[in-house]
Amino acid sequence: MVTIYESKPVHETKPVLSRRELLKRGGVGALLVISGSAVISPEHAWGLETSALKPETMATLIQMARDIYPHDQVPDKYYAIAVKAHDEQAGKDPAHKDLIEKGIADLDLKSGKDGYTGLGWEEQRVAVLRDIEDTPFFQAVRGGLVVGLYNQKEVWPIFGYEGESYSKGGYMARGFDDIEWL
Amino acid sequence: MAAPFDLNNDGVVVIIGSGAGGGTLGNELAQKGIDVVMLEAGARHEYEDFINDEWDSFAQLAWTDKRTTSGDWRVAKDFPNLPAWIVKAVGGSTTHWAGASLRFQEHEFKTLSTYGKLEGANLLDWPITLAELEPYYAKAEDKLGVTLTSNIPGLPGNNNFKVMKAGADMLGYRECHTGRMAINSEPRDDRNACQQTGFCFQGCKWGAKWSTLYSEIPKGEATGHLEVRPNAMAIKINHDASGKVTGVVYADKDGRLREQKARIVAVAGNSIESPRLLLNSASSQFPDGLANSSGQVGKNYMRHTTGSVYGIFDKPVHMYRGTTMAGIIRDEARNDPSRGFVGGYELETLSLGLPFMAAFLNPGGWGRSFTTALDHYDHMAGMWIVGEDMPRQENRITLHADIKDAHGMPVADVHFDDHANDTAMRNHAYKQGSALYEAVGATRTFPTPPYPSTHNLGTNRMSEKAADGVVNKHGQAHDIKNLFVSDGSQFTTGGAENPTLTIVSLAIRQAEYIAGQMSAKSI
Repeated sequence: MVTIYESKPVHETKPVLSRRELLKRGGVGALLVISGSAVISPEHAWGLETSALKPETMATLIQMARDIYPHDQVPDKYYAIAVKAHDEQAGKDPAHKDLIEKGIADLDLKSGKDGYTGLGWEEQRVAVLRDIEDTPFFQAVRGGLVVGLYNQKEVWPIFGYEGESYSKGGYMARGFDDIEWL
Repeated sequence: MAAPFDLNNDGVVVIIGSGAGGGTLGNELAQKGIDVVMLEAGARHEYEDFINDEWDSFAQLAWTDKRTTSGDWRVAKDFPNLPAWIVKAVGGSTTHWAGASLRFQEHEFKTLSTYGKLEGANLLDWPITLAELEPYYAKAEDKLGVTLTSNIPGLPGNNNFKVMKAGADMLGYRECHTGRMAINSEPRDDRNACQQTGFCFQGCKWGAKWSTLYSEIPKGEATGHLEVRPNAMAIKINHDASGKVTGVVYADKDGRLREQKARIVAVAGNSIESPRLLLNSASSQFPDGLANSSGQVGKNYMRHTTGSVYGIFDKPVHMYRGTTMAGIIRDEARNDPSRGFVGGYELETLSLGLPFMAAFLNPGGWGRSFTTALDHYDHMAGMWIVGEDMPRQENRITLHADIKDAHGMPVADVHFDDHANDTAMRNHAYKQGSALYEAVGATRTFPTPPYPSTHNLGTNRMSEKAADGVVNKHGQAHDIKNLFVSDGSQFTTGGAENPTLTIVSLAIRQAEYIAGQMSAKSI
């Protein structure tokens, strides 16, 4: 099982990190850290434990998810939740595990010596993704994100979508016609 | 109360489907004292069970049994196993529909005469005229409680409508209003008034929108002459040596095959399932399927020329608040070939929630071009294009050669290629829609491709001559006089208008005809 958990800040848990285990996120400078079987975001106090996929694979998947559907206002945590189903599926289906592990390995290979997450600019990583966008691997990741990312109720407020409204009496008295700028 | 009828009761009318056509026909017949068994493939969910959540509601209501697709339409690429967004539940797609209730225009019953022969189009005049249908349109509008007809007030305009109206005024459009909607603007017929909840497509939890589920069907059941059998998937229609239909074989909730005997069978399973059933009922006497001496069963599949335009503004809109489709511009619905195409289109307000916007704005799209659109979701306004598409013989429903469903019935393949007229119309509508939003200050607009089809039409079409179509002007099969088609598949051509009001009007008219024929003992 994959669990997303709220972790303690990294300085409290003090995982031992080798240089190999430290994956640097491209672009914005936040860190995703690999520790044991988990991907940890020390700054944002959450972790994602993997059971079937390598944690390094999961960390790259999270970056790839953000590069496919980049929303700068959406924290990594929601991308992690969006891709965790691949770890669950990989646990049940060896072919899926193979698809993801080989897909990520191929992505790293195409990205040069520091791998995919070693590419500093989003546009560099997107260029690699454009190369593989017709592959079953890319389509599996992208397709899964459409529901996995955008159907999280927690992200809806970030986009200004209010979701369920029946229990609140609809919008009859809550601004269905409140537009003022026309 | 609801009367259960015996499987061997061969005096009943068996209706396959409980949506706009089947549900209306069933109640109309029951009101006349005629016994009806209604077979519905899906489950019965009452309106308080509906879910204000797009994917959860889709799982509850949508017809997701496997179908295949082919042809050049983009749906075949983006949603290869979901050609249509329609419903498998009691009430059929009247649970999901938006409520827009428009009469066809006069010329839309006479397309071959009006447009002339078009290469690649199988145009034909309807065997009925607007004048003949008008009394039934009036009855249907009263039944549905259509706003802006009779003395029924219009719905109030929501934010999305206000943006549309401002743009319509800027472009000089004259006919823009909150629509003729089968959604109560005030309590009527034991149904609530609309509370502007914004989940019309997910089934109205207030029951403010007309649906056969909670209007026609309970009324029919109250007569004691209507039995609705949910989870009953029709597989085959049987006939006797004289060529009359005698019963319907269906799989019950446990997958067991049953046969309900029948005096009359009316097929109303929507334009994919209805021809599928007729084709699957082939026999040695009818080797090409029932009612198919013309070879037209399954052909001339239409889905309206659709598409959407979304616009992003520098200030908030919150388009998802309120009645989804209560806004229309009708100026482009006229036939004016000087625009580069025959027929016309309606522009209607439309909104999707964030989850469906992500799935449908640009299926397969990714990267910042896509995501920066969603970043401004609450600053978006949206409209839907609904236009007349050309019937083409090549656009058709066929039985898949290899793939079968859980009951061993071949799945339907839906083939569709746009006619050049469809493409020209869609491009015109994209331009007009974008211009409208830009006139109000949109900083970016999106010509969004068609969604899986909601208006499925034409696959058992009406015709004057038996050689040109499947049914006559009463929806009665040319070949088999106790077999009827009661849904949108009997449309000869599609018009520019949302089809439900016409389906309901035809069903009311058909019920009169069936009752007359039964008392005259002709069938």
